[in-house]
Amino acid sequence: MTELTSKTIAELRDGFRAGQFSAREIAETYNAAVTAAKLLNAYTVQTPEDALSAAEAADKARGSGDLPALAGIPLGIKDLFATRGVDTTAGSNILKGFRPPYESTVTANLRKAGAGMLGKLNMDEFAMGSSNETSAYGPVISPWRRKGSNVGLTPGGSSGGSAAAVAAHIAPGVTGTDTGGSIRQPAAFVGICGIKPTYGRCSRWGIVSFASSLDQAGPMAKTVRDCAILLEAMAGFDPKDSTSLDLPVPPWETNLSSDLGGKRVGIPTEYRIDGVPGEINDLWDRGIQWLRDAGATPVTISLPHTKYALPTYYIIAPAEASSNLARYDGVRYGLREEGVKTLDDMYSATRAAGFGAEVKRRIMIGTYVLSAGFYDAYFTKAQRVRALIKQDFRQAFEQCDVILTPTAPSAAFGIGETTDPLAMYLNDVFAVPASLAGLPAMSVPGGLDGQGLPLGLHLIGNELDEQTVLNAGLAIEERAGFSSRPEKWW
Amino acid sequence: MVTMADAAAPFRIKGETAEWEVVVGLEVHAQITATASKLFSGASTTFGAEPNTQVSLVDAAMPGMLPVPNRECIRQAVRTGMALDAKINRWSRFDRKNYFYADLPQGYQISQLYHPLVGEGEIEILLDDKDESSAKNIGIERIHVEQDAGKLMHDQHPTMSYVDLNRCGVALMEIVSRPDMRSPAEAGAYLRKLRAILRYVGSCDGNMEEGSMRADVNVSVRKPGGELGTRTETKNVNSVRFVMAVVEHEAKRQVELIEGGGTIAQETRLFDPDKGATRSLRSKEDAHDYRYFPDPDLLPLELDDAFLEECRGSLPELPGAKRKRYEGVGITSYNASVLTAEVEIARWFDALLEAGAEPKQGANWVVAELFGALNRRGESIADTPISPEEAAELLKLVADGTISGTIAKQVFEIMLDTGEAPSKIVEDRGLKQTSDTGAIDAEIDKVLAVNADKVAEYKSGKQQLFGFFVGQTMKAMAGKANPSIVNERLRAKLG
Repeated sequence: MTELTSKTIAELRDGFRAGQFSAREIAETYNAAVTAAKLLNAYTVQTPEDALSAAEAADKARGSGDLPALAGIPLGIKDLFATRGVDTTAGSNILKGFRPPYESTVTANLRKAGAGMLGKLNMDEFAMGSSNETSAYGPVISPWRRKGSNVGLTPGGSSGGSAAAVAAHIAPGVTGTDTGGSIRQPAAFVGICGIKPTYGRCSRWGIVSFASSLDQAGPMAKTVRDCAILLEAMAGFDPKDSTSLDLPVPPWETNLSSDLGGKRVGIPTEYRIDGVPGEINDLWDRGIQWLRDAGATPVTISLPHTKYALPTYYIIAPAEASSNLARYDGVRYGLREEGVKTLDDMYSATRAAGFGAEVKRRIMIGTYVLSAGFYDAYFTKAQRVRALIKQDFRQAFEQCDVILTPTAPSAAFGIGETTDPLAMYLNDVFAVPASLAGLPAMSVPGGLDGQGLPLGLHLIGNELDEQTVLNAGLAIEERAGFSSRPEKWW
Repeated sequence: MVTMADAAAPFRIKGETAEWEVVVGLEVHAQITATASKLFSGASTTFGAEPNTQVSLVDAAMPGMLPVPNRECIRQAVRTGMALDAKINRWSRFDRKNYFYADLPQGYQISQLYHPLVGEGEIEILLDDKDESSAKNIGIERIHVEQDAGKLMHDQHPTMSYVDLNRCGVALMEIVSRPDMRSPAEAGAYLRKLRAILRYVGSCDGNMEEGSMRADVNVSVRKPGGELGTRTETKNVNSVRFVMAVVEHEAKRQVELIEGGGTIAQETRLFDPDKGATRSLRSKEDAHDYRYFPDPDLLPLELDDAFLEECRGSLPELPGAKRKRYEGVGITSYNASVLTAEVEIARWFDALLEAGAEPKQGANWVVAELFGALNRRGESIADTPISPEEAAELLKLVADGTISGTIAKQVFEIMLDTGEAPSKIVEDRGLKQTSDTGAIDAEIDKVLAVNADKVAEYKSGKQQLFGFFVGQTMKAMAGKANPSIVNERLRAKLG
């Protein structure tokens, strides 16, 4: 039954419906695989019973012929999603042991579609990080290793546990969240697919907030098709989130097509930046050729404010985070440090003990850029630049239908290798502009670098046009023929 | 005898060295009581519930919870703005005001700093109810919508404070006036008028005891007409009387301080009702940096024409318009002012007119008879057992001569005690007025016979005795004789 874990979600779904195996078999196989992969530290909590009970329901319903989309499919859930009665900690000590009495809209949608939950997935604390090293549970170890090396690599972040779980075949698909690349960069690092939809497609209700104007949930899975299947189940209008889009969810899977005839692919000149390894630019060129082969016409475009995207992001995201994380004060839930005299002392002690270094750094940056005397110079200016970046994309999409870039400026790096926060922030240099503009964007594996590590290609679509992103992703997937798998060492 | 100050004379603080003018601005926090739920959550807002029984996941700021604006709260704030003749901003936005406190679960209050829902408007106050020329306009700077915080309870445990989140997230309108008031009386009149308008509109019940309305009082002093002085802000003052006391006390304190060579610190103060004085809470230097920024969980509020039209169409007749209407049908200026001061009274009076009462007679009767009775009985208009329809019936009985004014007073007392209808009371107790000249003549003859000496005096020129004969005749007929016929017959008989 081990081969069940190699199957895509589409294959599991179709095989289950055709009676080749039961949902229970799928769940049991994955539950066992999760248990056997503890060395990866991908899961923070296992919920085998949850996966089994959903499987039982699917098996019972199979005879009726009226099966929901994800019947029989168990999924891993990033620890940022509130799951009723199950630890939801956002990878932080300040929420250790917190079990919400509510379920996030996205996971509730997945459950409604018949999916079960294998467990909660490790992540950078409050989704702040690009390597999964800021987690209170310790880093996730990527299943991938450099050729001939035993050095532990990061799976990227913040959805590091999610990425590692899919790559190591201990979840057929997972949820991730992306604030400035947290789905796409880890997907690229471990050779899987991941899509961040248009801001507002997925409800943020019940997802622990990092930066509200940027946070967006999305799926990560082995294939483009699997991403389409999962995203259809996750997305949808939610009146409980004011920023949710009141639009129907398109049939992305049904409309999948790798025929890009008539489509124009924008190649932004500003994304050719210094210090990016030649292999990455080479892959980018191959990607352009693949899309050309699929019928698309490459066009050179300009996104002139690209170089300001990263600094803009590192003002807006920390500013919102500094306020969003104020609620973790030790008063109502989570960690509370006792034995202090005043309320202010309790806040200080609780937050000092509960938050890790990166979260504290961002709270301080955010507090600083919002403070009197600095607000206009930093926050207001960043908001203006954000508008210019949106405008860049608006103008670019008059000349093209989808944009192709590399996902990240490097392959996966070793755990502990990047200690300078600014160097770490650079990981998201290609991912952040689409986040600031709220646009759908996806990473698809393109090949391996010289060290045998996966590299991703990045597709950015126009507002609400996930379909073209998925279709271009499918065209790359078909032509890249990426089938490499990490050698099992865990 | 106390000399009453002339209402028209400007209010001045007489210091050691000079006369000073006080400058007052009010920030009134009015709870939107028209809806039973909070600004961004569905939790209830009923007053007096057990602690922490009206708290949603959003109010408690659980991880991942998001605010969703309550449309009805926005509607009520817009209607309030319209009632104050204010500019309604079709585009507004919510901002976060960040600070840590145990009664503030989110660590920020959602408010509107940069783009409030309602812009400039004004309120007309009357310093003297009887005198339209005492009117003064007080400018409104803005109205914004914001969340209330919870409440800390320090008296439940020897070493710990308890937190009650029931009020947390309750919708408030912050109505900010211009510094246009110049005396305690003006501040009081402004607050009463604002309260009346809110109650007319129905957006806020104006119940200051239950905390649905409270004021931050900004006070400064200056030489009359000079540069504005440094102001202090006294927070959370919860009655009209206390607001007036704060203005009075702060003005005097500031004048004494300045004349003693000191300077006014821009600071936040608290009012102690027991001492009738204010004390410093925190200085400007200790003020928080609230790090306001647009709330990224919420989209800007954009109001369309249909919404605004519905808001405008749903407004009731407001006190100013109502007063003018009353005056237009012959009601005195004073009566019109009294009858429109409170929405319940105005509604009751409108119902009385609706039931057919003659306006002038009705107004006089309500102000003199009904209010008199209510005062005596310690009741408000809401408690009165008399319906406007019954009152109209009573007035009609007087107007058509069925009963006299004197009998009407008796009937009214019986109505108050028994709740019976006036026509039934008149019928059952035989109180109908008689215009039977035969019966009246017979009684007059008896009265004149018994009082022959007075008749002689009258005839020799003591004209004022006429009233005495009328009174005696009416008394003999138990008040039921038609007074005009009694007058007429007496004049005929006395020659």
